[in-house]
Amino acid sequence: MLDPGVDTFPKLALRTAQRLPRKVAIREKDLGIWQSHTWSQYVEQARLIALGLAALGFARGDKTAVVGDNRPQLYWAMLATQALGGIPVPLYQDSIENEMQYIVGHADARFAVVEDQEQVDKLLHVRQQCPGLEYIIYDDSRGLRHYREACLLSLDDLQERGRKFALEHPAYFDQEVARGAADDLAIILYTSGTTGQPKGTMLSHRNLMVTAQNAITQEGLTSSEEVLAYLPMAWAGDHMFSYAQSLVTGFTTNCPESAATVLADLREIGPTYFFAPPRIWESILTTVMIRIEDASWIKRRMVHLFLALARRVEARRLARRPVGVGDRLLYALGEILVYGPLRDNLGMGRIRIAYTAGEAISPELLGFYRSLGVNVKQVYGMTESSALISIQKDGDVKLDTVGTPLPGVEVRINEAGEVLYRSPGVFLGYHKNPAATAETIEDGWVHSGDAGVFDRDGHLRIVDRARDLGRLADGTIFPPKYLENKLKFSPFIREAVCVGSDRPFATALINIDLGAVGNWAERRGIAYTSYTDLAQRPEVYELIRQEVARVNRSLLDEGTLAGAQIRRFLLLHKELDPDDQEITRTRKVRRGFIGEKYAALIDALYSGADHVKVEAQVTYEDGRTGTVRAEVRIRDAEAFAAGVAP
Amino acid sequence: MSQAGAPLLEVDRVSVRFGAVQALDQVSLAIRRGEIIAIIGPNGAGKTTLLNVISGFYRPTEGRIRFEGRDRTDLAPYDVAALGIARTFQNVALFKGMSVLDNIMTGRLLKMKGSFLLDALYWGPAKAQELEHRAFVERIIDFLEIQAIRKTPAGRLPYGLQKRVELARALAAEPTLLLLDEPMAGMNVEEKEDMCRFILDVNEEFGTTIALIEHDMSVVMDISDHVAALDYGRKIADGTPDEVRRDQAVIDAYLGVSHV
Repeated sequence: MLDPGVDTFPKLALRTAQRLPRKVAIREKDLGIWQSHTWSQYVEQARLIALGLAALGFARGDKTAVVGDNRPQLYWAMLATQALGGIPVPLYQDSIENEMQYIVGHADARFAVVEDQEQVDKLLHVRQQCPGLEYIIYDDSRGLRHYREACLLSLDDLQERGRKFALEHPAYFDQEVARGAADDLAIILYTSGTTGQPKGTMLSHRNLMVTAQNAITQEGLTSSEEVLAYLPMAWAGDHMFSYAQSLVTGFTTNCPESAATVLADLREIGPTYFFAPPRIWESILTTVMIRIEDASWIKRRMVHLFLALARRVEARRLARRPVGVGDRLLYALGEILVYGPLRDNLGMGRIRIAYTAGEAISPELLGFYRSLGVNVKQVYGMTESSALISIQKDGDVKLDTVGTPLPGVEVRINEAGEVLYRSPGVFLGYHKNPAATAETIEDGWVHSGDAGVFDRDGHLRIVDRARDLGRLADGTIFPPKYLENKLKFSPFIREAVCVGSDRPFATALINIDLGAVGNWAERRGIAYTSYTDLAQRPEVYELIRQEVARVNRSLLDEGTLAGAQIRRFLLLHKELDPDDQEITRTRKVRRGFIGEKYAALIDALYSGADHVKVEAQVTYEDGRTGTVRAEVRIRDAEAFAAGVAP
Repeated sequence: MSQAGAPLLEVDRVSVRFGAVQALDQVSLAIRRGEIIAIIGPNGAGKTTLLNVISGFYRPTEGRIRFEGRDRTDLAPYDVAALGIARTFQNVALFKGMSVLDNIMTGRLLKMKGSFLLDALYWGPAKAQELEHRAFVERIIDFLEIQAIRKTPAGRLPYGLQKRVELARALAAEPTLLLLDEPMAGMNVEEKEDMCRFILDVNEEFGTTIALIEHDMSVVMDISDHVAALDYGRKIADGTPDEVRRDQAVIDAYLGVSHV
């Protein structure tokens, strides 16, 4: 719970500055050198900005749009706004003018604090449509020398005005800070929906502070953490890690020199606490692998050898199985020769805790970093939950779950399979959109829009978007995409389409991977003439049957999903092809189209027949069409009874 | 933008002959302080020769050149550079094996007061001097947004970035007059836009007078205050971008009228 004396971020900042006045609060790489600002400087800078805003007539409840790369000045501007009882509204710095205009207008922003000319230009345009925007304050004056607009003001000028204002009103700042209360609106974060206009998620000081504190307690964060603030300030995650948690613990936030230097800056800072979406983990891995392939063969062999060992050891550790003495010795050697140097080179040598969030990460990718000794964990959350809902606990990590709910957070799965949560971090509502708020919050429970299940250890697993879920005829939840992804995890399966909505059980239409299965067949001396021929070989059916059984067995561990096991399957006689409109160019299955085109096959899956004759139109590369006739076999899959250990 | 001040550099009836080739023929041109002047003309018109004469690479066969009111026709290139004229080259001329930072530092050489012994020991004034120059170079790196390649060997950079590094090196000399020989040649549209913005920013922030050779007419019309057109070594037009664009002699030179 909150200490009544420090129930808002400005009060908290004052206390942190008192507690750790000389500790570095924020660093910024400028002109090639890391420039540090202590907590007392942090608060003083914010104070001058606040007083400058006050001199311009800032009133309680006013909104400040904040736009730019992660910069100390912009974090100070957020704190300054909150100190005056105002609400910062961070915007994505790469938004186009239209998007900015919508948000600036919708939020009724009176002030904007921006990084440089690029943002000034955009906001000057926005201002023509949003006359409510009275002042645009910029940090970097480059290129702005000849701008004459009266609404423009440099941050230095603003702070100078603040100094003068303070002479006349010495107690103003402290008085305004004291007027803040825990349940005041602290920030509005606009989230871009996939459809329609962005929604402004309103979070209070209490939302963010309690959530930050709960995560800090679970994760054991201290004031000695170093984080790199490089993800957009408008993203709830950055606000939580680089602002809220930093203010609560007093740890140091580091702002990189520019977006292009993040990886180099990462190495220089060596953060102890780091967060990245899967695509960044992926791109770091790619960079590493390219450099390994460029190394001399002896180094390359050594790295591959030890990486394979690390994966094996990590798999046993995750399964909580003992690691053999030999492997343990080798792993220690690998630590000296490969893992340690590699971590160091990536700037991950000091990481105690790292998170991946934002979207699903592939288990291999996560496993790679973990096997190297980087403690990467999955986090689940959304802006509406003050960024955090669940985090995997240290020593209790599974590659395919998002961990257990944080202290203070309750999560349940409703009858529709959707994840609902209730926590002190639950947002106040959407700004000026009570209809959307009412749709999302029901009796204090928030609809996440995600479908999930709890496994037997209480770990939450996100399965799909809730609206993509189907149901079997008896009402059992049926997540087609989830099953398909599990099937495609097998190297032998290239595509899969699962059917089951309003049917008695789940079935699958499977495309084999010609390369992998062809190779497998050759090694076993199985002759085949074509894709169609190979797909219908009984040996191949047996191979895929085992893969389906693997998927079914894995579902046993996933609560209600055990009922969605695949009972029957067939191997398609042709590859699903975007030219035939069966999948999109980005390889998304076009479920409806396939349902019609392969109706005969699907009927056969449910009729009990063991084979079916088909004719299919195919479009060749040159645009001609032809017909493929084939007899497709149908096989039962091995299903497992729930509750029985595999 | 156009702060048409006193002439910074005057080229007075300059001719350059290479054997039988008349590269420049009685060309006169005044570059005013603070302006961006574009020198245009078809291939072989004498644009680069003019730049080379200004920067002291060539000595004119006839005519005089005055910089800040003083005659400097006979100075060697390094003396010209010391006066405050820096240039970039049509073909990038960087030290390919050196880092971007070191390349730009070479632009500061003229500003450094060397003492062999102290420099070798990296002690006292030598160290202070190095720090001061490094700080200046860092401001240019920041200005041209090349932080991410600070330590990359120049030879490994894509062409557009090499051009930008060359500009950075020229700026490191704190020039009064900056000569750019086709700064945007071989660039894609996005790189050109970036380069235009940097040229305008340099002019605006540092007040540097800029003379550039450029073929892309839309670029020329966008960024220059003053355009001079050359053809067959003679100046055929001189004025604002609009005036030059409408000039019949320029149109003829570009569209190709038969010269008998």
